[in-house]
This record gives sequence, C-alpha cells and structure tokens, in this order.
Amino acid sequence: MKLFVPIATLCLLVVSSTSQAADPNLARSLAATCANCHGTNGNAIKGSGMDALAGMDKAKILQKLADFKSGDKPATIMHQISKGYTEAQLDLIATYFAAQK
Amino acid sequence: MMLMKRRDFLKAGAAAGAMAVLYGCAGGAKASGHVVVVGGGYGGATVAKYLRMWSEGGVQVTLIERNPTLISCPISNLVIGGQKTMEDITVSYDGLKNKWGVRVVQDDVVAVDAAKKTVTLKAGGSLSYDRLVLSPGVDFMWDEIPGLKSAEAQSKVLHAWKAGAQTVALRKQLEAMKDGGTYAIAIPKAPYRCPPGPYERACLVANYFKEQKPKSKVIILDANEDVVSKKPLFTKAWADLYKGIIEYRNNSEVKDVEAGSNTAILEFDKFKADVLNVIPPHRAGDIAAKSGIKLINNRWVDVNWLSMESTSTPGIHVLGDAIFPAPTMPKSGHMANQHGKLAAAAILNLLNGQEPNPEPVVMNTCYSFVDSKNVIHVASVHQYDAATKTVQPVKGAGGVSAARNELEGKVALGWAKNIWADMLT
Repeated sequence: MKLFVPIATLCLLVVSSTSQAADPNLARSLAATCANCHGTNGNAIKGSGMDALAGMDKAKILQKLADFKSGDKPATIMHQISKGYTEAQLDLIATYFAAQK
Repeated sequence: MMLMKRRDFLKAGAAAGAMAVLYGCAGGAKASGHVVVVGGGYGGATVAKYLRMWSEGGVQVTLIERNPTLISCPISNLVIGGQKTMEDITVSYDGLKNKWGVRVVQDDVVAVDAAKKTVTLKAGGSLSYDRLVLSPGVDFMWDEIPGLKSAEAQSKVLHAWKAGAQTVALRKQLEAMKDGGTYAIAIPKAPYRCPPGPYERACLVANYFKEQKPKSKVIILDANEDVVSKKPLFTKAWADLYKGIIEYRNNSEVKDVEAGSNTAILEFDKFKADVLNVIPPHRAGDIAAKSGIKLINNRWVDVNWLSMESTSTPGIHVLGDAIFPAPTMPKSGHMANQHGKLAAAAILNLLNGQEPNPEPVVMNTCYSFVDSKNVIHVASVHQYDAATKTVQPVKGAGGVSAARNELEGKVALGWAKNIWADMLT
C-alpha cells in the first residue's frame, strides 16, 4: 500500500474521478471542511484529542471512515458526519490528507 | 488618506511565501488582486487566512476589525458559568498578520461604495478592493424592545450575546446576586445566533446556583413555541440536574423591558428578575444594509451558495450569522468558518477568471455544556443542490449526542483550540 501519493497523481485523480465540470481544487476544498476540528490541512493541535490526518495513510483514513459509517467503530460524532459525504468525496478527502505533511 | 501600501504587502507576502508549501494542485496561474474583509470573527478571520494560504500569498488581503483581539462567543458561556476566564476565550490576530501576511486594520467600516469598489473607514480614508467580504455578524433590533434603546438601559439589562465586556458584566451581576434571587434569560424568535446557546447558558447559570446559591432560580422566557435546539437532551438535563432550579416557559416573548426595575414585559404578563438577561432579536450587522445590499425581511442577506456572493450586489460576498440561512442551517461560528472557506475558494477562482466549484459542501458541529463537564452536540452536513440552488442537509447524516457525556466535554474544548487555530494561526 502506498503511503504517499505524489501531488501529480492527486491532481490526475481529482480531474478523472469527478464530473468534467469539477473544480481542480475540489479535494482541497472538501478536506477544508474537516479542518475546523482536525486542523488546517489535517494538522490538529497536539494534545487537543483530535486525530491529526495530515500524512495518514489513505487506506487507513478510508477504513476509519467506513467503520464510522457502518457503526463498527464507536464514535461521538463521526458516525453522523461521515454519512454526509459521498464515497467519491471521502476518497478525495483521504487522498488529500495522505499527501499532506 | 489611507492608501494601500504595496511594500508592506510584499514584505508580508514574502514571510508567508517562505513557509508556503504546495497546497492542493491549482493548475492555472496564481490568483492575484486585493480582497477587503470586514469583520474578523469566525467567518472573516477564516476567509482572510484561507485566501492567503490558498493563493500562496498571491492575493492581498486587508482585514478590518474593530476589536484588538478575537473574543470567542463559543465557550463564552463557560465564563458566565465561572469555569473559564476571558483570557481563555481571547485569541490574538498576530498569526494572521505575521504568519499569513494579512494586513489587519483596527477600525470600523462606515460606508461601502459597491459601484466604485471602495470602503470608507471611520478613522478616515478609504480602501479599494477587487472583491469585498462582509462578515459583520449581527446587530440588535432595539426598536423591538423600546425600553432597551438607551445606553443606560443596555448597560443594566445585558444581552451578553456578543462576547466581550458584556460577558464579564453578566458574570459580575450573577456573582453580586443574593442567594434566593432569580435570573431570567429571554430568547428571541428563531432565527437567532447560536440556537442552543441560550439553553446552554441557562444550564451553566443553574450549575453555578446549584453549587454556590442553591435557593436561586433560573427562568427561561422563550419567544419560541418550544426549545429550538437539542430539546430532548436539554430537557433531560433540566430534569436530572436542575430540578427546582430551571423553569422553562415557552411562547413568552419579551415585548419590552423596564430596565430600572429589571422587569420583562410580556404580552399578558410581567416578570421581575434580580438579573435580567435579554437577547434582543437581531439582523445582519448594520454595514450590510449600509452597503446597499438588499435584505430578506429587512434582516438577512441572500447569498449565492456557490460563492457566498450577495444575490443583489455583485462583488460583495457575505458570511456567517448575517446571511439568510439555507434550510436547517444554524447561525454558528463553525458554520461561519465553513462559509469563509467556501468564499475563499470561490473568490480565488473568480479572480482567476474561473467558475466557482459547482458542488460545495459545508458542515456544522456545535457542542453545548450542560454542566461544567458534560456536553451534548448537534451535527449536520449540507451539500449543494443544483435544483434548489442552495445547500441542503444530507438526509440520514448528522444528529445529536445519544446522551450527555464527559468525553464530549473534552472534545468541545479540543474543538475550540482547533477552530481558533484554523482561523487565526
């Protein structure tokens, strides 16, 4: 499993995985909706109790989100929030965070 | 005459540029231009930072804010309840200035000329912009409560619905109140800023009374038919934790106030309290109407949900509590931050001659303390719907806490630390 997705691949993914009218910065903008709690670009404040998503393996992020959605992973709030995004959006978000430092 | 000092921007831009890494994968040219942001709260601070970050310093941003520091409304009920201090909810603008190269001007905007694209400052002089962002929060409709029109009355019967001096003053009134006294909080008809906030405040004042002044009472005078937010969780907290202390009265709109005697005047009744806390009805911050933007119901700004741009006045984007909300969307700091990011992305595209993202998403979380440790949340996710041209809540997503719990008490404070950093550092 790749731990790091080069930016060029990320761009390709963004363009190819959504409709042709999609914004080139869609992944960035979607991921920014998570930043209120998980920190700008996934860099959560240390000791704040929030998961820092920057640089986390994409597959790991997607598995966590899937487990929140299914209820397999107990959560205070993420089971409710994860259901608000499409699978394609979650894929873009996970790809973006995995590529952050 | 205050003019844009390009040299200062270049200096600030270099500071931000030196630490800038590759954010996203904008294929085209870097956006440039000058964006003026009016109001440095949850919406305005966020849009200022994200414009600088996402343009990699290409766009110049001037933030005009009347206060020297940000004092957070979220968490401020804990100052009123005695758990936190003002220092705990005060955040500096230094990160925006020094790290992100935002030009922060402490001043007030007194006029906007949408045709000439200029704003006039109270201290004198004007600024020109390519795009303007108004994040003015709310102002109160004092005409609705005539007895509170004077400054003297307003200093006695407090709202404490904008965090700052009034937050401290309300805490002092509660501390000075004798045991056996009554605190009454009056809630306006929805929509108002922070739907669960008044009920949280009632809980935290009751918590203080329970610990320090056990003969005292909390009366909630709610203009609404029922508890507006998190009803089952709040009513359970009142029954479990504050039986005999909190009394809830629905359909109890405060029509006027006799400030001298701390008396709230309802349609058929009067209520005298020892500490009277009236949250007046509010509307978009005054600068919105002064800008010539058309208001819905003379109160709220209608926006295009792809860009947060006013539907009546091109070139002016409006964020946060000032807007006419999308279906089920609360007026919250968290949501204002999300508006700020949506607007930043759209403005950069527009400055680059591109269309805004056609499928924006915003989401909300809101935590309320029901005592010093236990918290309840409400969350929602809103996706753009082309058919209705607004963001719609996603069915099956979002919801509230199963029960009040201490874990979310820790999460709520972690949320505050992260969102303050996301806005300002």
